[in-house]
Amino acid sequence: MARLKEIVGPTYVLTRPEDVVVYEQDAFLVARALPDIVVLPGSTAEVAGVVRLVHEAGVPLVVRGAGTGLNGGSIPIAGGVMLVLTRMNRIVELDPRNRLAVVEPGAINVDVTAAAAQHGLFYAPDPGSQTVSTIGGNVGNNAGGPHCLSYGVTGNHVLAMEVVLASGDVTWVGSRSADHPGYDLCGVVVGSEGTLGVVTAIVVKLLRKSQAVRTLLAAFETIDDASQTVSEVIAAGIVPTAMEMMDGVVMAAVEAAIHAGYPQDAGAALLIEVEGHPESLPRQMKRIEEICRAHAPRMLRTAASEQERLLLWKGRKEGAGALGRLAPSYYLHDGVVPRAKLPDVMRKVVEVGKAYGLSIGNLFHAGDGNLHPIILFNPREPGIMDKVVRAGEEILRACVEAGGTITGEHGVGIEKREYMRWMFSDADLMAMQRVKRSFDPDGIMNPGKLLPVGERPDVTVRPAMAAGMWT
Amino acid sequence: MTQETGETMLQSRDRATAGPRDRVVLNLPELDQCVHCGLCLNHCPTYRVTHLEPESPRGRIHLVRAVAEGRIEALDPARGTPNERFAEHIYLCLMCRACETACPSGVQFGRIAEAAREVLGPPGSPMARRLARLAFTQVFPFPRRLRWLASALRLYQRSGLQRVIRLMLPRRLREMEALLPTVPSRFFAPEADLPAIGKRRARVALLSGCVMSTLFGEVNNATVRVLRRNGCDVVVPRGQVCCGALNVHNGETTAARRMARRNIDVFLDAGVDAVIVNAAGCGAAMKEYGHLLRDDPDYAERAARFAALVKDAGEFLAGLGLVPPSGRIEMTVTYQDPCHLAHGQKVRAQPRQLLAAIPGLHLVEMEGADRCCGSAGIYNITHPEMSKELLTEKMAAVGRTGAEAVVAPNPGCMLQLRFGAQRYGPALPVFHLMDLLDRAYEAKTDC
Repeated sequence: MARLKEIVGPTYVLTRPEDVVVYEQDAFLVARALPDIVVLPGSTAEVAGVVRLVHEAGVPLVVRGAGTGLNGGSIPIAGGVMLVLTRMNRIVELDPRNRLAVVEPGAINVDVTAAAAQHGLFYAPDPGSQTVSTIGGNVGNNAGGPHCLSYGVTGNHVLAMEVVLASGDVTWVGSRSADHPGYDLCGVVVGSEGTLGVVTAIVVKLLRKSQAVRTLLAAFETIDDASQTVSEVIAAGIVPTAMEMMDGVVMAAVEAAIHAGYPQDAGAALLIEVEGHPESLPRQMKRIEEICRAHAPRMLRTAASEQERLLLWKGRKEGAGALGRLAPSYYLHDGVVPRAKLPDVMRKVVEVGKAYGLSIGNLFHAGDGNLHPIILFNPREPGIMDKVVRAGEEILRACVEAGGTITGEHGVGIEKREYMRWMFSDADLMAMQRVKRSFDPDGIMNPGKLLPVGERPDVTVRPAMAAGMWT
Repeated sequence: MTQETGETMLQSRDRATAGPRDRVVLNLPELDQCVHCGLCLNHCPTYRVTHLEPESPRGRIHLVRAVAEGRIEALDPARGTPNERFAEHIYLCLMCRACETACPSGVQFGRIAEAAREVLGPPGSPMARRLARLAFTQVFPFPRRLRWLASALRLYQRSGLQRVIRLMLPRRLREMEALLPTVPSRFFAPEADLPAIGKRRARVALLSGCVMSTLFGEVNNATVRVLRRNGCDVVVPRGQVCCGALNVHNGETTAARRMARRNIDVFLDAGVDAVIVNAAGCGAAMKEYGHLLRDDPDYAERAARFAALVKDAGEFLAGLGLVPPSGRIEMTVTYQDPCHLAHGQKVRAQPRQLLAAIPGLHLVEMEGADRCCGSAGIYNITHPEMSKELLTEKMAAVGRTGAEAVVAPNPGCMLQLRFGAQRYGPALPVFHLMDLLDRAYEAKTDC
């Protein structure tokens, strides 16, 4: 403990219950577990020093950013040391000519875009949490966002990373230039959820802003009409930069919260955005509108001003949070289906809600088939959590059966580690396990996450450290 | 240290309905509404400075939840004194409520923090706590004692004693002493009858306020003149007392409820269309009397009726339709959103509309206009370090606008920004919105 305090300074080593209890949970509401020690380093050297100590002591190490993760990935289920990187939030370098930025892991997503905006550039991945979530966390979970439909997810925008390995050694993966030879270790580390190493610097790509953008809100009678429209737009060979769906439940909550002008009595609405050359947009929009009209839309509205466009998006970004107005709590799910199967799976989601007697809101990236059913519930109702988890499980199974996956952008964490078996054979999982072992031979990096451990994650976890071993 | 490292998954959140009082009191329904999304973090001034979860709204809510679940003690079970570390987190909060604006789920964080402070009692050392209780229960509820105290302070400042004492104080106390505002020569002493000028449009009552009437008497006079010019009969009911906001924010609610009941009686008797408040903190507190007295069978209904009458001066005039001032003020100003106006009362557009109505006046927005300046009631005295950090950031933002003056319709912000202008620069004047409107009307009569 004294050595930890020497490395990062006494203010940034937390052990009292009144300090560490707030780090027991992230945005995954189903589980929590107390860390023994929380450390907030301020530099790569400090991170390396802490990791070396933790490695020597052989205790678990969990990395956390802003704590907005939805899969429980930053919950220290085995106790140990938690490394919180919120102090390492600088944008170290901004290189507009090469269109890249070097940032620390605690840098906030929207701050990177704001800094780049001065040069007419932006950072593309835009998760719903972008005003608070960190680039480090985005990298760990390979975060997506509405505009990933045409821009791709976080992994497509990371060029290189500085990584502190489990031994405490510091290394770089990837490179600033394209076409890096050898193994794509960047690809391995992105989405590894802190199970391989600690990322302490990230080189990200910046993109030039499009010259023009059009945003259309299309409301329909039923979720089915909206789903069909999505399938047909994609089938027609159009790739909007974003195509988001929200159902009637969500729209009502959003209207109550921010008055974005969504119709309140429609079954579902699509928010469709196209970007590009000013001359090419009207033609694209016309084609999209035609497809919408075939499904008897209740409303077709193109944002007339940038202000109106931002308001439409604000409603989308804060939609999940606004559901807090309908029920005290909710469980936000994440699954992917092939876009042609969207109407079928959406029907299944509605069925599951009925079967379990649960209200489910839908707010998701329809364009890439990335569903986000949001199950509303009251945590004070006895036995409710079990029911909610089972309903969610059934929805995810339907996604996998339709040829999709168990997560689009939230990651696996503890939430979905056992569902990995639905997608991968024992041999596949063993191969992944070997990758982990080659980075982290002693298994101290974020244990119990990402890969199945063979039991439902509803275990009471024992403290990892003996009392007093750090004092 | 490792007494409780794990928790069972799939827990149900059963919380105390019986047990120690702090657990029961803090078992608030508001806690369930927080879904831990974290969208508040970046809007919280103390989180932005510290980057520590316990100093964030979500962290504080989680701490209160841990108390309600009996996993942390708010009070020492044997002695009944506050758990110091818990109290530090709860009291480092500025109560600016920027998190409420940011929260998509509509969590009313202010209510959670106020409840926690009610359990803890006033902040600081045992000595400071006693002093605070004395002030909250024996001074603020009594306008005459308050004026007497302000007179004493004025004497201290005028007699030359201040200069002598300053030399003798240790650094920490000297810095606190430097925050003392200069007491003007006259307190607010309105005439009985303040009739509307021109066509009568409304009959309103004005809250004189404790700080406003002693330190900002001129702003109160300006407010009265502006209201009259807008066709309002103004009454300033005798018998009114301080609104009790400082009490509520600092964990003293017994006297606060007494003061609220008194004000409700006095103002409802006045038979007015609106109760006008020109201090944002007071306005927010008075609009929440309904919540403060929700368990009082005799007053719950009256409190709600009273609260509906309360209007911020700027909010009221914008709603009424401002009589356009024709006098010009050639000046570039920037506007500081008082937290309890922007976040507490959701009043943002109206003051800006009124500024735009003044001919010649040019408004330049500053970066983070709705971010707290660090005044926060008595926060600049209880937490000088954090307050200073926020003030320096604020003054830098003001400086970048190139404005010649700052407008902030709240006494706490005005005092803090004046202190900032003097200590860190830019050296510019700080006005109340009513000051400028009054000047614009007066300029007309001059020509």
